[in-house]
Amino acid sequence: MIRGVTHRMLEELSWKVGGQQGEGIDSTGETFATALNRRGYYVYGYRHFSSRIKGGHTNYKVRVSTKRRLASADYLDILIAFDQESIDFNIKELRPGGVVIADEKFHPALPEGAGAVLYTVPFTQLAETAGSSIMKNMVALGASVYVLDLPVDIFAGVIHDTFARKGQKVVDQNMEAIRQGYNYMKEHGDNRAKLQLKPAAGSGQHLFMMGNDAIGLGALTAGCRVMAAYPITPASDIMEYLIKKMPKVGGVVVQTEDEIAAINMIIGAAYGGARAMTATSGPGLSLMMEAIGLAGMTETPVVIVDTQRGGPSTGLPTKHEQSDLYAVLFGNHGEIPKIVLAPSTAEECFYETVRAFNLAEQYQCPVIVITDLALSLAKQTVEPLRLEAVQIDRGKLVREVDPSHLNGQLFKRYAFTEDGISPRVIPGVKGGIHHVTGVEHNEVGRPDESAANRARMMHKRLKKLEGVELEGSLSFNGPEDYETLIVGFGSSRGPIEEAVERLNSEGRRVAHAHIKVLAPFPTKTLSTYTEKAHNVVVVENNATGQLSKIMKFFGISVPTRSVTKFDGNPFLPGELYQELKGLV
Amino acid sequence: MATVKDFRNNVRPNWCPGCGDFSVQAAIQRALANLGLEPEQVAVVSGIGCSGRISGYINTYGFHGVHGRALPAAQGLKLANRDLTVIAAGGDGDGFGIGLGHFIHAVRRNLDITYIVMDNQIYGLTKGQTSPTSAHGFKAKTTPNGNIEHAVGPVQVALAAGIGFVAQGFSSEINQLTRLVEEAIRYKGFALVNVFSPCVTFNKVNTYDWFKQHIVNLEEDPAYDPTDRVRAMQKVLETGGLCIGLIYKEERPSYEELIPGFKPEPIAWQNLELDPAVFEECVREFA
Repeated sequence: MIRGVTHRMLEELSWKVGGQQGEGIDSTGETFATALNRRGYYVYGYRHFSSRIKGGHTNYKVRVSTKRRLASADYLDILIAFDQESIDFNIKELRPGGVVIADEKFHPALPEGAGAVLYTVPFTQLAETAGSSIMKNMVALGASVYVLDLPVDIFAGVIHDTFARKGQKVVDQNMEAIRQGYNYMKEHGDNRAKLQLKPAAGSGQHLFMMGNDAIGLGALTAGCRVMAAYPITPASDIMEYLIKKMPKVGGVVVQTEDEIAAINMIIGAAYGGARAMTATSGPGLSLMMEAIGLAGMTETPVVIVDTQRGGPSTGLPTKHEQSDLYAVLFGNHGEIPKIVLAPSTAEECFYETVRAFNLAEQYQCPVIVITDLALSLAKQTVEPLRLEAVQIDRGKLVREVDPSHLNGQLFKRYAFTEDGISPRVIPGVKGGIHHVTGVEHNEVGRPDESAANRARMMHKRLKKLEGVELEGSLSFNGPEDYETLIVGFGSSRGPIEEAVERLNSEGRRVAHAHIKVLAPFPTKTLSTYTEKAHNVVVVENNATGQLSKIMKFFGISVPTRSVTKFDGNPFLPGELYQELKGLV
Repeated sequence: MATVKDFRNNVRPNWCPGCGDFSVQAAIQRALANLGLEPEQVAVVSGIGCSGRISGYINTYGFHGVHGRALPAAQGLKLANRDLTVIAAGGDGDGFGIGLGHFIHAVRRNLDITYIVMDNQIYGLTKGQTSPTSAHGFKAKTTPNGNIEHAVGPVQVALAAGIGFVAQGFSSEINQLTRLVEEAIRYKGFALVNVFSPCVTFNKVNTYDWFKQHIVNLEEDPAYDPTDRVRAMQKVLETGGLCIGLIYKEERPSYEELIPGFKPEPIAWQNLELDPAVFEECVREFA
C-alpha cells in the first residue's frame, strides 16, 4: 500500500475508464482524450469492446504523453470504474501508486493486495445534483483532472462543441457535473496520490483522429464520389463518415445488400468515370475476390479498404489482427496486377488513401489499402493535414476522342503500349465506344481467346507493375551500425518504435523498417536493409508469420525470426520489448 | 440522328440459330433508335451466360462483368453518370439464381435503369442444367428425375419487392417487345422486362409453340389496368406468370432524385478537387 503523499512528475500518463457497454464509456474516454489533445499532448485512445450493443465490460484507455506515442501503455495510472467488474478486470494493469476512482453506488472494493489508492466518489449522486444521472461520466472526468492537478476548464471547449447544439443549458449542466467531481475530490480526497503531468510540448494545433476517419477524409479529398459498402466491424465508420460528407460534394454512398454488390457497384462506377471505393474487413474481402479479379482483368481503377480483424470466418469480429496478408496479395483466382498499401498511422491513412486513388487510375488496377483494427479504430494525435499536398492524377483518362482516327473501328481501350497502360475513355464520349469484359479480350475489348492474344494481353496487364517499386515503399529508423533489424507493418509501428527506443537506450543496436507498400513488394529497397543486419526479426499480429513468409516469397534471402501475437490484442510496447530483448 | 443500323455492330452472336435472344437484341436496337438516342449515350451491362454476351452485340458502350452481378455494376455506372441510358441484361440463371439477391435490392433501390432478362428456363451456356425458373418436374442434366424444387416467379418477386415498372415480352412478339423496352427505358426508375426467350437447343419443353399455347397477352384485355398492384399480382398468379405486356407501372421519384446533395451534372464530369473551405470544415471536426 502507498502511504503518505505521493507527488510524481510524469512524462506520460495512462488513464482508463471502464463500465458496461452502453454506459457512455466511449464518449467519456473521447472527451478526456480530446481535451488533452487540445492542450498539446500526444494522445492515443484505444477502446476495448465486443460486438454487443448493451452489456458486457467495455473500456477506453487513453495514453497522454509529451511525445508521439502510437500504442497503449502497458500499465495504468488512473482507472475510472463504473462497476466492480471494471476494477477486477483492469486492476492488474495499475502500476504502484495508481489510482482507482469508482462510483460509490456499487460499493467498490479493491482486491486484496492491490497496490493502488481507491477513491470512492458518488458519481451518480453528484450528477443528479448537476441535473441528471446520465452525467456521471462528467463527474468522473472532474475527479480525474483533480488528481492530475489540471483545471476543469480544459473540458470547456470539448463540452461546448459536443453539446452546444442541445442548448446552453446542457453545456452548463455538463460543466457543472465536471466541477462537482472536481470539488468533491478537493473536499474529500486526501493527497495520497497526486500525479502531475509534465507540460505539453505540442502546439495544440494537432488533430485527434482514428485511421478510419483519416481514410474517409482522404477519400473525400482524393475526389472519391461513389462509395458502396456493407456494414462490418471495424470498417463501418468509413462508410458512415462519407454518408455525412458526400452531400456536400455531390457524391453518394450506397449501403449495398452485400459485399459482392459493393465491389461490383464501384467497378461499374469507376468504369463510368467516378473515383469509387468500398471498405470492408476479412469476411467481406473474401466475398469480393471474384470481382477484384474483374477489376484487374478489365483494368478498372477501384480502391478497396480492408480493415483487418481477427479471422478466420467470423473469428474475433471486434478484435485486432493482421492476418489478411495472404488474402490481399493472393486471394483472387488468376493473375492480375494489384497494388496494396499499408499505412501505419492515421496521418498515413489520409495520405495513402489519396495515393491509392491516384495509383488506381495511373496503373488502371485495383488498389487495396490494408489497415488493422488498432489502426482503424484507435484515436491518435495527428499533425495538421495539408490539402496542398494532395494532387489528383487521373492517369491516362481520355475525355475526348477524335473519331476520324478510328477509321470506323472501336476505340482501343486495351491498346498495347510500351508501359502496358492504355488510354481509358469513359462511357458517354463520342468515338469512345469499345467493349469491356472479364473474358480475355483484344485491344478493343472484344472476347479473344486465341493463344497469341492471351499471352500478349496477360503480358500487357502484368507489365504495368513489373519491376516497379513505388515511392516510399517503406520507412527506416535507427542507427547506421545496427545489428538487428525489426520489420513490421500497420499499427505495430507504435509498439515497435517504443521497444526499439528502449533497446537502443540500453546500448543495443536495433533499427526498424516499416513496410508501407506490400504490392508491388519492395524487395530491392528492403533487402538493402536486411542485408546489412545480423539479425532480422519480423513482428506481426498473426499466427503463421505471414509477412516473414511473404518476404521470403518475394526474394528477401536472409533468414528471419518472427515475433507473433494473435490473441486479439495489439502488442503492448513493454511486452514487445521483453520479447525482442531475448532475440537481439 | 442514329438509326437501328447505328446500333448494330459486325459481331456475329455465338447464339444457336433460332435462339430467342436474337429478337431481344433486335428489340433493344430498335427501341434505342426509336427513342432518338445516340450509341455513345447508352451502356449495356450484362452478366454471364449465353444472353450475357448481348453487351458485345449492340453498338453502344458495353460492360460484361461477372456472373450474377450485372445489376450492381449497372447501378454503379448510373451513379457515376446519370446522363447515360443504362440497360442491364442477362439470363434467368444470372438474374434469378446467382443474382436474385441483387435483383430484389435493385428493385428496392429504384435507380433509373432498365433490366432485360432473357428467360429460357434453362442453363444454356453450360449445356443444359436446370435453372431457377425451370418448372417443378422439369427434366434436365442436373434433374434427371425431374426438378423437385419449385420455380421462382420473377414478376411475383418483383411486385412483392415493390417494383415501379414491370413488363413481360416474348421473343416471337418483337413489335410488342420493342414497345415494352422503349417504355421501360423511358420510365424514370428501375424497370424490369422479363422476356420469354426460348432455348432451342436444350429446352425441349418451353418451346416457341409451348409459349404460344400458354401465354396470355394482357394487351388483348382492354379491361386490364396496369396501375393496380393488387390486380397485377392476381393476374400473374392466375396465369402462372405466363402473361405478356405491361403488367404494372407506377410513377415515383427514382433513387438519383432522392440522393441528398446529388447534382444534375454527372459525377463523371465533375471537378474532383475538394473546395478548401469544405476541407477546413472537415478538418476542424477533428481538432
